[in-house]
Amino acid sequence: MRADLDIIQDWIPTGSRVLDLGCGKGELLAWLRDHKQVSGYGLEIDADNIAECIAKGVNVIEQNLDEGLGNFADNSFDVVVMTQSLQALRYPDKVLAEMLRVGRQCIITFPNFGHWRCRWYLASKGRMPVSEFLPYTWYNTPNIHFCTFEDFERLCREMRVKVLDHLAVDREHRHNWASRLWPNLLGEIGIYRVSGPAASDLQIAV
Amino acid sequence: MPTSFPEDSVGLVTPQSIRFSEPLALACGRSLAEYELVYETYGELNAARSNAVLICHALSGHHHAAGYHSPDDRKPGWWDSCIGPDKPIDTRKFFVVSLNNLGGCNGSTGPSSTNPATGKSYGADFPVVTVEDWVHSQARLADALGIQQWAAVVGGSLGGMQALQWTISYPERVRHCLAIASAPKLSAQNIAFNEVARQAILSDPEFHGGHFQEKGVIPKRGLMLARMVGHITYLSDDAMGEKFGRGLKSDKLNYDFHSVEFQVESYLRYQGEEFSGRFDANTYLLMTKALDYFDPAAAHDGDLAKTLSAAKADFCVMSFTTDWRFSPQRSREIVDALLAARKNVCYLEIDAPQGHDAFLMPIPRYLQAFGSYMNRILV
Repeated sequence: MRADLDIIQDWIPTGSRVLDLGCGKGELLAWLRDHKQVSGYGLEIDADNIAECIAKGVNVIEQNLDEGLGNFADNSFDVVVMTQSLQALRYPDKVLAEMLRVGRQCIITFPNFGHWRCRWYLASKGRMPVSEFLPYTWYNTPNIHFCTFEDFERLCREMRVKVLDHLAVDREHRHNWASRLWPNLLGEIGIYRVSGPAASDLQIAV
Repeated sequence: MPTSFPEDSVGLVTPQSIRFSEPLALACGRSLAEYELVYETYGELNAARSNAVLICHALSGHHHAAGYHSPDDRKPGWWDSCIGPDKPIDTRKFFVVSLNNLGGCNGSTGPSSTNPATGKSYGADFPVVTVEDWVHSQARLADALGIQQWAAVVGGSLGGMQALQWTISYPERVRHCLAIASAPKLSAQNIAFNEVARQAILSDPEFHGGHFQEKGVIPKRGLMLARMVGHITYLSDDAMGEKFGRGLKSDKLNYDFHSVEFQVESYLRYQGEEFSGRFDANTYLLMTKALDYFDPAAAHDGDLAKTLSAAKADFCVMSFTTDWRFSPQRSREIVDALLAARKNVCYLEIDAPQGHDAFLMPIPRYLQAFGSYMNRILV
């Protein structure tokens, strides 16, 4: 399993109902179904990914996250997951609000634009960072809303979203001393577990 | 016999027929004392009887879904793109049953059949049948074939409605439901188009109140118009534009009302003409009524999620982007109800220019997803 998914699965209680936004090839949902009796759905728009989900027997719904989650009822999932999609959304804040409406807890992962390599690239070259990990140029990137850990946490505070857990990891999703020491500078990917203001007193055992 | 059929074809097939003499009570309050259903099967029923798939046909469809009736046939069955060895509904894995619905005009008991009570053809006296009635008659066919539970019930358009109805009427008897280019009920616009088609038939002087058969005539004009109107709704604006544009039959305009001038006129007339020669006008009326009446959620105050909550099947819903007869939005209504009812469901919105007819076409993404879903069904 992808390393970030391995970390996430640990935060998802056995037997829970999960909605996976931008579920890719359905890896996480298939694993959770087989190992933790988790049920749920994945939303995806990429045709090849959808085909993989079907082959795996994962419930996949072709749905664009930018059109919202209006077809899901309030609190209808234990956990709503979104990995590596936040930065590609048209309205990340609105989707975050929707995630918190639909799920009791949310797990979100995104690349940290405040990582030293990005900062160095921009400072030294004066150009938007391009890397092996994020290989797009500014005009063709699907990643239209980059943020740093600091930015994300600020948004959480503004939206009165409670951060229950967070991890900063490197691109191999290793959680090492460097990203622990100074996450916003040395962590490449952030993994956050959050809940809405109303659900802040709800505890899920992990 | 020459075996010149394609390798992925089920080859030569022979329709079968079965007579039921136990009366079938219908939604309209009447009942059919006895009736016959004509059907075809492809593939072999396994020992556990767990690999049976039911194909439900759409408005003008019938039992001949795949293969050929004779080596001279120009065209295979209507869903041959999806049924056969190595095709989405793989006949090496599944035992496929495809029937002509009650009220049809391709061999099953319908308005053009002889009414045993009078010795004359039913004509307008044939009762109005509904999707639910069809499902009950299909269940009897399943009983007769020794099929307790379908691995899948599959259908496009009106066929998808039957597949949905199966999961509601016989939840224990369906493991998977595939509803393609379908809708949970007709919109006012859908009903309006059906009404135009019906009026075309009803107002044809040759219709004779539905008893045209006794007079030895057929309401050809009405049927032709009905088909022409229907056909417009099966194609997308783009597909029509692509196929015909404003192309003319000759190189100039004639400034009259009699000539067939535009290519699209010629096409529609051909389609109407061909259809009016092979389809029964009373059956057309019945099929459009079955469409109009279909609204399973009505029994639960319009709550489709509640209606589907008893279903035990897993679902696969597919729609096509340019389908405006049953648009993706209509399929999403089904999907949203299934999500609310916490059912297992996959939903695909396939990018295709062909409009409603896309469900019959060999569109790579459609066939691949369809095949993947069927492939994972355990038998």
